[in-house]
Amino acid sequence: MRKMIEGSRAVAEAVGLCRPDVISAYPITPQTHIVEELSQMVADGDVDAEYVRVESEHSAASVCLGAVAAGSRAYSATTSQGLMLMAEVLYNIAGMRLPLVITGVNRALSAPLSIWNDHQDTLALRDTGWLQLYAENSQEVLDMHIQAYKIAEDDRVLLPLMIGMDGYVLTHTYESVDVPTQEEVDAFLPRYDPLYKLDPEDPYTLGAFADPSLYQEMRYEIQRDALRSKEVVKEVARDFQAAFGRWMGDVVEPYMCDDAETIYIGLGTVVGTLKDWVDVRREQGDKVGALKLRCFRPFPNDELREALGNAKQVVVIEKAVSVGGYGIAAAEVRGALYGQPKTPPVVCAMTGLGGRDVTYEVLDEIQKRTEAGETDFFAGLRTELLEAS
Amino acid sequence: MTATAKKKRRKPPLGIVTRPGSSLQNKTGAWGILRPIFDWEKCTGCNTCESICPDGCIRHLEKKQYEVDMEYCKGCGMCAAACPFDAITMEEEHR
Amino acid sequence: MSAPEFSYEISKGLLPGHRACAGCGQAAAVRLIMEIAAPNCVVTNATGCLEVFTTPHPESAWGVPWVHSLFENAASVASGVEAALKKQGRLEEVRVLAFGGDGATLDIGFGPLSGMFERNHDVLYVCMDNEAYMNTGVQRSGSTPFAASTTTSPAGRRSFGEDRPKKDLPAISAAHGIPYVATASMSFFADLRRKTKKALGIRGAKYLQVHVPCPPGWGYDEKLSVDIGKLAVECGMYPLVEWENGEVTRVRKIKKIPVEDYLKAQRRFRHLFRSEEGKAQIANVQELADASIEKYGLVD
Repeated sequence: MRKMIEGSRAVAEAVGLCRPDVISAYPITPQTHIVEELSQMVADGDVDAEYVRVESEHSAASVCLGAVAAGSRAYSATTSQGLMLMAEVLYNIAGMRLPLVITGVNRALSAPLSIWNDHQDTLALRDTGWLQLYAENSQEVLDMHIQAYKIAEDDRVLLPLMIGMDGYVLTHTYESVDVPTQEEVDAFLPRYDPLYKLDPEDPYTLGAFADPSLYQEMRYEIQRDALRSKEVVKEVARDFQAAFGRWMGDVVEPYMCDDAETIYIGLGTVVGTLKDWVDVRREQGDKVGALKLRCFRPFPNDELREALGNAKQVVVIEKAVSVGGYGIAAAEVRGALYGQPKTPPVVCAMTGLGGRDVTYEVLDEIQKRTEAGETDFFAGLRTELLEAS
Repeated sequence: MTATAKKKRRKPPLGIVTRPGSSLQNKTGAWGILRPIFDWEKCTGCNTCESICPDGCIRHLEKKQYEVDMEYCKGCGMCAAACPFDAITMEEEHR
Repeated sequence: MSAPEFSYEISKGLLPGHRACAGCGQAAAVRLIMEIAAPNCVVTNATGCLEVFTTPHPESAWGVPWVHSLFENAASVASGVEAALKKQGRLEEVRVLAFGGDGATLDIGFGPLSGMFERNHDVLYVCMDNEAYMNTGVQRSGSTPFAASTTTSPAGRRSFGEDRPKKDLPAISAAHGIPYVATASMSFFADLRRKTKKALGIRGAKYLQVHVPCPPGWGYDEKLSVDIGKLAVECGMYPLVEWENGEVTRVRKIKKIPVEDYLKAQRRFRHLFRSEEGKAQIANVQELADASIEKYGLVD
């Protein structure tokens, strides 16, 4: 059914349709609308779940861990500082191979305090063992949550999944979305059937410690399964298209890349801007293309290389920075191309930090500086502030 | 889920699930050099020894007769020290 | 005489073969609690002695479903297990227990514990109180008694040991208004059994703090765990109290012995007997014990 709803509401409705048994969440801007909507849905009996009003994000994740370990489907959402506070629990959930899904609303990290959007928070958690998908628009973020449970709970995966959703840009804007029916979602996503759970009828010990004779092999297995889960991400995207008639890419989604000489890569909503800007540039005769990096973990090396084709130049629009090192997505793109037959230069343009809009002017600046030979730079800087300091 | 259906699924990943009670394979009796010896004349069957053994390896066979599982007894001597009737003494035994 | 082969029912809860120190008060207490709680229960466990000595993969001493996550979140993981069981309609027959040491419970896990109490999850939280971070080498916790020597509050030329009194978590727990809070001691095992049974028969959040003597941490011969625990209670330093819905409902009266009898039996307090300053601190310890005795009416 088509509705004109806030992005947060779209997520809440999608999550509700997935029939979560336990929801736990701690409020933090700009995730709040998601958990408020879900709360109202539970209060009205539209979603049948235990809603646990925890006292911190660390507990939000821990409650979900306990719930999934006990054999139930769980959900939480958080952002920025909340993600950092629950970081050790996230490592724990992945290490215990529990399939939890959370919405990682994307927001800048303190200090300085910022409630506005960038990708620093979820990208900082790329080592946790969580799968990561990034949504371009409201329809995609809605669809991704339904796909997420199917991916995470698959026996070939058994890993938690977080969905990157740009704070304010998606959480607080209204788009027209198609919300599936409960019947459609039930047919696509069966009830959670745990491989192992806490049950007195078949008691197990979960979370034993591993000494040096075992830990390394356990990490080998989690890495092996995380890499293999790329095929499940692709398979579920295809199955979703077959069931719901919508396709928004699986691990990468190219736009006008076939004959592009320069390809601009982005995560999340900036891809929408990139696609429009590409149209404008194409009218001016520039052979440019845009590439959505939809799945960041596992990192889709093969698909990325294929999509970049014969491009002579790659530019990564980077809404994060690993301070003292490099741009994060750019480093992964460069890594994917290392030692390959085709290795176009990769520019890292850091911009859109702390909620700074990525506009056509910024993209024009990036294009010019790329053509002038710059490789790693901050774009869209207010130089007057820097000169004054 | 049925046993057959379970067979078709993968095994849990390495190290994720530990079997209940698998500690029984670890014979901690090898730790100790003392062994509890009971004086049945003094024993009243109060169950103190059975209650406070940290390893749960004392059990009563009948009212005033206890058995110690030396496969797990660490020889700590708590049973002897706690017995209100001094019915247990610890003797050296290298095992 | 020959006896039938020993066999251990997995459903007894805590099985032998675990790696607790010989004479471990905690192992004894947990065994007793589990004999009552098993088999229809789920246990969440914080990082610490109990977790480490029971679960070195591939060995587990647990015969019931058990999960260990992190150091501070036994209470929040238990909240999640409880919510899941409630949704599954199984909370009537399956009880949820959470275990944590004093460090895990009073210090790092204080927030999650309070949250669990405030939401009144149907969970029995059991704190194994050996009065320091024992598993990591006897560092002080908020539960370390005044003047005790630990590795991070050591007795030294300029220090008499721990300079803060014990954090009163039972009273804090009772202040949440939860249905049942009790302190217990491994040495008073009939009392511990009674309180465990009582707690498991109550719906809502329960807190049970059990004093568990630790031979290497406290410094005494391992066979004396029961005796040491008794001295702690009888001198007033570990009052055995029960609260229901925030009010004290029952205490265990004591004969009252001087705190010296308890202190001199342990290496962690023995430094107090070697100096004038130390002896002055013993007087402070006595004062704290007297205050507890007065507060709870422990002496007739």
